[in-house]
Amino acid sequence: MDTDLSSQDRKDLDKFIKFFALKTVQVIVQARLGEKICTRSSSSPTGSDWFNLAIKDIPEVTHEAKKALAGQLPAVGRSMCVEISLKTSEGDSMELEIWCLEMNEKCDKEIKVSYTVYNRLSLLLKSLLAITRVTPAYRLSRKQGHEYVILYRIYFGEVQLSGLGEGFQTVRVGTVGTPVGTITLSCAYRINLAFMSTRQFERTPPIMGIIIDHFVDRPYPSSSPMHPCNYRTTAEDNAAVYPSVEDSQEVCTTSFSTSPPSQLSSSRLSYQPAALGVGSADMGYPVVFAGGLNAAHPHQLIVPGKEGGVPLVPSQSPHATQADQERMAMCTPLDGAHYSAATPSSSEDTETVSNSSEAKSGSPHDILETIFVRKVGAFVNKPINQVTMANLDIPFAMFAPKNIELEDNDPMVNPPDSPETESPLLGSLHSEGSSGNSTGNTHDDFVMVDFKPAFSKDDILPMDLGTFYREFQNPPQLSSLSIDIGAQSMAEDLDSLPEKLAVHEKNVKEFDAFVETLQ
Amino acid sequence: MGISRWQGQARGSWQSHPGPARPCPEPALSAAQGGGLPWRAGSAAESQPGSVLAGRAPPCLPPGHGAMNCRSEVLEVSVEGRQIEEAMLAVLHTILLHRSTGKFHYKKEGTYSIGTVGTQDVDCDFIDFTYVRVSSEELDRALRKAVGEFKDALRNSGGDGMGQISLEFYQKKKSRWPFSDECIPWEVWTIRVNVVSLANEQERQICREKVGEKLCEKVINIVEVMNRHEYLPKMPTQSEVDNVFDTGLKDVQPYLYKISYQITDSLGTSVTTTMRRLIKDTLAL
Repeated sequence: MDTDLSSQDRKDLDKFIKFFALKTVQVIVQARLGEKICTRSSSSPTGSDWFNLAIKDIPEVTHEAKKALAGQLPAVGRSMCVEISLKTSEGDSMELEIWCLEMNEKCDKEIKVSYTVYNRLSLLLKSLLAITRVTPAYRLSRKQGHEYVILYRIYFGEVQLSGLGEGFQTVRVGTVGTPVGTITLSCAYRINLAFMSTRQFERTPPIMGIIIDHFVDRPYPSSSPMHPCNYRTTAEDNAAVYPSVEDSQEVCTTSFSTSPPSQLSSSRLSYQPAALGVGSADMGYPVVFAGGLNAAHPHQLIVPGKEGGVPLVPSQSPHATQADQERMAMCTPLDGAHYSAATPSSSEDTETVSNSSEAKSGSPHDILETIFVRKVGAFVNKPINQVTMANLDIPFAMFAPKNIELEDNDPMVNPPDSPETESPLLGSLHSEGSSGNSTGNTHDDFVMVDFKPAFSKDDILPMDLGTFYREFQNPPQLSSLSIDIGAQSMAEDLDSLPEKLAVHEKNVKEFDAFVETLQ
Repeated sequence: MGISRWQGQARGSWQSHPGPARPCPEPALSAAQGGGLPWRAGSAAESQPGSVLAGRAPPCLPPGHGAMNCRSEVLEVSVEGRQIEEAMLAVLHTILLHRSTGKFHYKKEGTYSIGTVGTQDVDCDFIDFTYVRVSSEELDRALRKAVGEFKDALRNSGGDGMGQISLEFYQKKKSRWPFSDECIPWEVWTIRVNVVSLANEQERQICREKVGEKLCEKVINIVEVMNRHEYLPKMPTQSEVDNVFDTGLKDVQPYLYKISYQITDSLGTSVTTTMRRLIKDTLAL
């Protein structure tokens, strides 16, 4: 077989397939970042834009892809798969899509490698660009950030579609025949997304009440996805220097000749579409996998590099669900290695704090009156001095960040070596809790000493929200609605009617003209 | 070594015109031909001052004058009035994404290099949909102009708001004087549009989502057709490049294309623009 293909062609073909695989992964992952992608056209070839398409290379993604490929190329039975999954703030995860780059045995000997195959791979990448915006996961990925994030994982070997649930659909992006086999790119995607998302979101309604509108920037803008730090899950990776991607410096084939006569026949060949599915030969390859996203162990999310499941957008926002503060604290991927070290010791604290704040949130009415009691141990209560808090004008003051300073001073709660990252997180969790609770209206039926509208404070302006509200709560009645205008009686009204009619009749023409313009 | 291999062959084929080995065209069957005002892609009038052209008339004879083998694809969408433009742009841009390359730069000995095509995502405002287009403002402007006129024609037609817009890829074939060049289409995409009017906001919201889903299906259909790798014009030599590609844009190079439209009135017959165009063409000769 190889005798038909010159060694130069064979080398070229391998190079094309390898870079095609890398670019495929880039396109797929970039399409799930949640941002719009924009690259510029350049009329002069730079020699480093593979397939004549401007597709940026995110180094981490290239690194992951190369790790997964481990120097091999997609071949029969060995497919490259990119798995896209969704992970909620509660730690549930679900596979959304599997993109498969497969190779089957159907060879096309006649085709010209350096020309036709290259151009068709380019066309296939364009198709991939279009199709990645069309599957259901795209819209989900554009809205990620608050309640969930989208993750990717690359593996090489046999395609595993079992995680997609029942009734998943497949869409074929395209095929390209080569002298060594036919490359097929396809996507299998989950259908029953709607059910999952409504179920999830019913359980944990967004407490902040922010609706992510199509026209509005997300309130938690993730910094540019091209910033490598966003992809790090621990501090270790920040320090890691990726092996220089030396092959991307290879000049890609951008030079063509006007076609030789043999070109004509090959460009007109049409291929039998290869059957979609797992590689035909089941060689029983173990899944060569460079990392695993294991929903059962949310801790693993934090440990990076060794495990896959690199989150695409850091969930910077502290998730406001109080029921799962503990889990959430684990799942924030931004915090570094310190975090995983601190996990065991802080778990107890977060638990205790969450318990107490849960108790608080249950009865907003009682907040101003009860003493904030925090459990620092199984049988130990430590009442916090309430006096200083109540003096503040802020409602729900015990949930204010000031709380944390007290916590910090308490050696029982904070072991001396506790990391910085923990406090701000807890602080923000608390403030989230308070703001969440503010939706519980303070106007309810218990005695209020003073009217304090939520989120407002009598600080700088003499006229604050509360004053404004009080002043304008009882506006005077409109004059036209009040009866005593000029003590005009009914009889006088009736008398003035004919005059009014006469005036209107004079202006009939104007009215008619006006009506005409409306039509 | 690799390059010299190509050069030898290139020299041989330089002189040959896309001639005998090309598939013999058959008459075009699609209803997409004719009608409406055609927009030229950076029309030949600008890029080739030497060719025989009349000012107003199309630069080449309309199809039907020769035998042509042209594949034709038809897509249908139902949209609300304010969604027309975005839906059309989404489909046209998706097609042109696949039918554009980077700019060719010919070097000596018949080799050429290709520029880079950038892409960008475009969110629709009135449809829950995002499409990818090539990063070329000129191309986007040209399409928007065409779609804008189509939309106005649809709105002004009264009737029940049905029409179709056609994107035709063609090749030019030089003919001897006094005949003007022939335009031979090799692929025609027709998008049939049905405009619906909705009563309230709730229906509009449903329409947003439904049309978004429909457009997703259309994109999948388009990609499927593109993947068949059927006839594409041979890559041209430098002298022939303007017969195959539109070289008038500065950052990308789509295949030569033209956009035309037809509005069907309530009887389902096309408007008299077809007749007008045929008369113009005959006079241009």
